Amino acid sequence: MATIHLKKGLNLPLAGRLVDESVSMAASCSCYAVVPDDFQGIVPRMDKREGDAVHAGDVLYHDKTHDAIKVVSPVSGVLKEVRRGERRKIEAIVIESDGTGAAIEHNVKRDVRELLLESGLWVMLRQRPYDVVPSPEVEPRDIFVTAFDSAPLAPNLLQVVGEKRQYLAAGVKALQTLTAGKVYVGFKDGEEFDIEGAEVNSFKGPHPAGNVGVQLANVKPVNKGEVVWTLDIVTLARIGELMTTGKVPFDTLVAVTGERVKQPHYVHAIMGCTVEALLKDNLCDGDNRIISGNALSGVKVPLDGFLRAPYRHLTVIPEVSCPDEFMGWAALSPKRFSIYRTFTSWLTGSKDIKMDARIKGGERAIVRLDEYDDMLPMDIYAEFLIKAIITRNIDKMEQLGIYEVAPEDFALAEYADTSKLELQRIVREGLDFLRGELS
Amino acid sequence: MNKIKPQFLPGGKLSKLHSFYEGMETFLFTPNDTSRSGAHIHDGNDLKRTMIMVLVALAPAMLFGMYNIGLQHYMAIGQTASTSWLTMWTFGLLAILPMIVVSYAVGLGIEFISAQIHGKEIQEGFLVTGMLIPLIVPINTPLWMVAVATAFAVIFAKEVFGGTGMNIFNVALITRAFLLGAGTIINGFSGATPLGQVSTHVGDTMTLHNVVGDPISTWDAFMGFIPGSPGEVSTLAILIGAAILLITGIASWRVMGSVFVGGLAMGALVHALPSATYPASLLNPIDQICYGGFAFAAVFMATDPVTGARTHIGQYIYGFLIGVIAILIRVYNNGYPEGAMLAVLLMNVFAPLIDYCVVQANINRRMRRARANK
Repeated sequence: MATIHLKKGLNLPLAGRLVDESVSMAASCSCYAVVPDDFQGIVPRMDKREGDAVHAGDVLYHDKTHDAIKVVSPVSGVLKEVRRGERRKIEAIVIESDGTGAAIEHNVKRDVRELLLESGLWVMLRQRPYDVVPSPEVEPRDIFVTAFDSAPLAPNLLQVVGEKRQYLAAGVKALQTLTAGKVYVGFKDGEEFDIEGAEVNSFKGPHPAGNVGVQLANVKPVNKGEVVWTLDIVTLARIGELMTTGKVPFDTLVAVTGERVKQPHYVHAIMGCTVEALLKDNLCDGDNRIISGNALSGVKVPLDGFLRAPYRHLTVIPEVSCPDEFMGWAALSPKRFSIYRTFTSWLTGSKDIKMDARIKGGERAIVRLDEYDDMLPMDIYAEFLIKAIITRNIDKMEQLGIYEVAPEDFALAEYADTSKLELQRIVREGLDFLRGELS
Repeated sequence: MNKIKPQFLPGGKLSKLHSFYEGMETFLFTPNDTSRSGAHIHDGNDLKRTMIMVLVALAPAMLFGMYNIGLQHYMAIGQTASTSWLTMWTFGLLAILPMIVVSYAVGLGIEFISAQIHGKEIQEGFLVTGMLIPLIVPINTPLWMVAVATAFAVIFAKEVFGGTGMNIFNVALITRAFLLGAGTIINGFSGATPLGQVSTHVGDTMTLHNVVGDPISTWDAFMGFIPGSPGEVSTLAILIGAAILLITGIASWRVMGSVFVGGLAMGALVHALPSATYPASLLNPIDQICYGGFAFAAVFMATDPVTGARTHIGQYIYGFLIGVIAILIRVYNNGYPEGAMLAVLLMNVFAPLIDYCVVQANINRRMRRARANK
């Protein structure tokens, strides 16, 4: 076991963090949804129609190019609606629960690959390059598992795993059959424990140390032509449970956090439940932004929307806390938080900082030095890579290491960016462009 | 502001002035725009604030420069003892104010027009440039020359490259280089500055004089009681600005530090090999830093992130070479007694090349790793 020290990055102490480990049950909720956008790289082809009855674990749709990749329903009930957007793109598949919890049981003696594909757990995996759901034909060089989430207000993943910890070894054993390389598990320094068959590392340092891409870049980076799979420890436990019991656990612990949450705590819920069920009687009034995931790389969802993958975190912050701030650029108030010492907030020290969703500035050319590099603990010249992506220069993108990154790795740089560029969108578009060009 | 907004939106009466309206609105109020994609929270810092902080850092040099203009004037007419510092400062203020006004009016005017033509937001880059220009040109430069030089620099050194953040050369330095090329400046003061005296000096020992012929010491030069361009005279005031830039993290300590290291190293080298042919070699390294525009160039010009090197290793090389070349030009080129500003311009050209080499090393490392794993 090795301990890896990461210096770059930043922990943002946002207000509304979890204070204890108390868990409550989610309010009852009749509708659940699967959102195809959560599973990048898959073009959905529906297997079920509106009105069809489904069990938990029944296949809802499969991938257009790889029939074997399947996405399943988290609950049993009736497929109520296939919500479509522009050009008939499927935005959400809504299932009305019948409350019986009838679930599909799998034969655990089958081949691991088939079992993962059939059970729907396959789509919880990601591959580098491109940060998409892995293709079943390609054998990965190694598999990387992250055991902590370092993002602002994030849940403790070991708490989310909870008693399912017993299944971790079975999960590792299953994954080992899929690669000739190793299964690496990256723990937060001080939380590590041995898992049979896995290569354990611990990471010391601020966010994004918990990003699996950062861990992988500091252990054994991806090279051109190689494929590495990534997942989190919660998914690893689910895989282990499937291998042991034949059932996929669709329940999850969700950390409900943020400045606009009255009592931040964990909520026990089913994947894809409504946001309302998680926030019942716990939401402050006002113009709120509800984010499924963390404040840096999560997805904005409406109050009547659904919890999105990876189904473990919800953050609520104010949309605009201080409208029409007069000459904000001249502010001397320490309340205007900045990680740079151009504002006075560094003098007062910061705990429980309150941030709204404003961009607080106009989009500009990249001017300030080192902003991206200081937020990305990888051997990559982030600014040059971003420029290569913007100019769609394939050779330069490859040379500068685009295969090693995912949009979430740039989330912190996007927060810190003085020029206010949408870095995660730029990286996502670059990855999609490259994937389209090279396949 | 919201009441008059519709007139500036597409279709409104004044829609052609949209970017002007937007510039004013974002100046007065922090925009309420919230993030649409990606990160939901953003840092409070933006380019406006960054540029304002550079102006704050320039303030000590500017305020002292004003005082010194008055001081030099009253010294020249022999009334120093009977004049209060406030009178001197006011004299300087009134002398430099027209230049500041002209510089901003011309530069911002061009930026506004350019933003209007391209339908873009007005950017903040000129806020700093507009203040740098009056600080690095001689106080007695005719205003029309300042106007022409500023216009030339903003159009040909900045807007043709795409505006703020896209320029290859430091815009303020191009203004000065334009005036230098036009033959109006010799070394930042069209009278006998210390470095002007140095370049025409004959003999093995060196004593420099102020406007009335008294000898001046290194201490005078450090404090700034010497003739020169308004912003450049006081090394102390510049160092206060440097502290502000470094504490706020706006300027790169790597660049700033290496310019001084490069200057001191080269200064020591030339001082170790003194020669009457090159009188500037008689100055010791500390004098080299305190006289002329060296400190100002190191703190405010070399650290311009847009035109400098952007990789860490690149920043060391870039800064060090600026320091070395500044002293090299100053000492061994008798045609130009001041080399710091030219050195920055020269290294502006090489900054992308330095970065290219540094980034290429990273690329090669990645390629080797890929090959080794095959």
